[in-house]
Amino acid sequence: MKIHEYQAKELMKGAGIAVPAGAMVTSASDAADAAATLVAETGNPVVVVKSQIHAGGRGKGRFIEHPDLGGVNVVLDGIDGGVDATRAKVKQLADQMLGSTLVTVQTGPEGKTVNRLYIEQGIDIATELYVAVLLDRSTSRNIIMASTEGGTEIEVVAEATPEKILKEEIDPAFGLLDFQSAAIAAGLGLEGPAARNGARFLKALAAAAVDLDTDMIEINPLVVTTDGRVMALDGKMSFEANALFRHPRVVSLRDPSEEDAAEAEAKEFGLSFIKLDGSIGCMVNGAGLAMATMDIIKYVGGEPANFLDVGGGADKDQIAAAFKIITADPNVKGIFVNIFGGIMRCDTIAEGVVAAVHEVGLDVPLVVRLEGTNVELGKQIINESGLNVVSAEDMKDGAVKIVELAK
Amino acid sequence: MSVLVNKETKVLVQGLGKTGRFHTDKAVAYGTNMVAAVHPSRAGESESFSGEVDPSGVEGRADSYTAELPIFRSVEAAVDATGANASVIYVPPPFAADAIMEAGDAGVPLIICVTEGIPVADMVVAKRFLEGRGVRLVGPNCPGVITPRECKIGIMPGYIHTPGKIGVVSRSGTLTYEAVHQLTLNGLGQTTAIGIGGDPVNGTNFVDCLSLFNDDPDTKGVIMIGEIGGTAEEEAADWITAHMTKPVAGFIAGTSAPPGKRMGHAGAIISGGKGTAVAKIEALEAAGVVVAPTPTDMGSAMMQAMSAGGL
Repeated sequence: MKIHEYQAKELMKGAGIAVPAGAMVTSASDAADAAATLVAETGNPVVVVKSQIHAGGRGKGRFIEHPDLGGVNVVLDGIDGGVDATRAKVKQLADQMLGSTLVTVQTGPEGKTVNRLYIEQGIDIATELYVAVLLDRSTSRNIIMASTEGGTEIEVVAEATPEKILKEEIDPAFGLLDFQSAAIAAGLGLEGPAARNGARFLKALAAAAVDLDTDMIEINPLVVTTDGRVMALDGKMSFEANALFRHPRVVSLRDPSEEDAAEAEAKEFGLSFIKLDGSIGCMVNGAGLAMATMDIIKYVGGEPANFLDVGGGADKDQIAAAFKIITADPNVKGIFVNIFGGIMRCDTIAEGVVAAVHEVGLDVPLVVRLEGTNVELGKQIINESGLNVVSAEDMKDGAVKIVELAK
Repeated sequence: MSVLVNKETKVLVQGLGKTGRFHTDKAVAYGTNMVAAVHPSRAGESESFSGEVDPSGVEGRADSYTAELPIFRSVEAAVDATGANASVIYVPPPFAADAIMEAGDAGVPLIICVTEGIPVADMVVAKRFLEGRGVRLVGPNCPGVITPRECKIGIMPGYIHTPGKIGVVSRSGTLTYEAVHQLTLNGLGQTTAIGIGGDPVNGTNFVDCLSLFNDDPDTKGVIMIGEIGGTAEEEAADWITAHMTKPVAGFIAGTSAPPGKRMGHAGAIISGGKGTAVAKIEALEAAGVVVAPTPTDMGSAMMQAMSAGGL
């Protein structure tokens, strides 16, 4: 689960991680007020107006409606013009940004609508760095990863200058140890108060990753200010889905407007669904088989419209819900049901499919491949249903048939 | 011969909820030597099972079975009383990592965790806890382990399996069933099928299983089924190049998966350009593995690998 930058910073602040002062707003007049308050509180005439969407690359991104306007804007007008100039400029920017569509390298060409802005105090930056905490799957432990190349995507750094990436493995029994945080601070070139502040920042970050069950915390850039403070200028946090049950506060930060409606609906029915761009709808049991079903559709010349795993114990209602979600996609020109019944019996699936088709209707070709427990009974139910369903011998046969029928 | 489990394996079950009871019954029907259950609030009681035996299971039994499984307060008590040497875990996700650690602390040599949805951070701790304890964890989020006609531990349908000469190791449950079914139909059969699970932090990995199968005289070839995410398949490819003496076939799911999306399994995600199916397929092919282009071709890929190996 992803959250907005302003939410991540709120959580970080609570975890003892230094962040600049700021406020989230949803209207231009609130934006102007928030900017004036920040200037008064911090004494810094500079403020930053940042688009809040669940995608990176906002600074370099551009609005469709305002092609010259970036997603993150530094307002310097207050330096000479005072707080009224700051208010005017922030209001003007917020008017343009709110409700407009921001396109970044991560949003796709359709972009994302900006509904929330974060107004943040300006920071006198001495150095921009990078730090992240994430799981290292090969060691089954979290690692803290840092680099002097702040502001650059870590994948780019890893590719071009891997020697610039510092790593420390975090033993879950002990957490990030003092000598480890000191080593990273030194490796980042921090000295004096900045070294101490940096080490403290890193320890708080590593602890927050565990306390909040994050998938990843990424601070890019991590900045050192001209007076030696170390703080998170940007902050991205995503949360591990399996642990959300013990973090109701994090769950409350969910922004439904950032999530695909069909994926959210599927989740409510206990289905694992991911929308794709193709024309062949897929309904499968098991994640591996569901992925392989998409692959085989592509292999025989089609394009999958979705990933859908109904799980190992789906009932009739779930099958019907799955069918509705698939057929609601106007791109779908054919449906492939691919089931290897283990615990789930083929006759249960067949009954579910027949009931769903009767309820939802069916305007596109349907190919069903059943294998495994009670397969003969399942096939009989399909064949005797009077529905226009094509049976497949195996997975490849089914894929070939549905791609042909959907042409 | 086989790996991990056989007729001698004595199994205890942790978690006797609806799922745990259902699959324990199936295991007893198959002929698995189920010896104990652990349930803190039901210590001293027993759980009854009865029904028709699974004809695909252990041979030479009567047509029906009845069994009384004694329930113990702790894994330690169950092991002391019954000599159980394997545990299967169906405990719900919030408590499953603790169940794994309890089994590890009691020294159960083989711990098979079926539970899906365990928090990653819990598994990081559990894996750390098991270090140095000399026990093996299989899973979590896996179908389990089966040696056909000897011992079935987990949720796989028994009847698709048949004794034979291929070792099966997989991150995906249903794709394991696909592979096993094809190996049964083409007559190769299985020595042991191991589901290592779809989570990013798991116990036994591909390399562990390849090594076990390499040392098992009855296993003549291995099929490994991977998917996007992580680098376990690449590490397996390196190990195969250096050590494997038997033919290996494979399949990798997720060639069409978009980056940055978790494809059902918690561990199935391409992140930062790493963990793609193409990279895994290339690594395996470079190691001489016959990679099936689709799941339908897994059985024939194994045949091809065997005949290329002169078998």
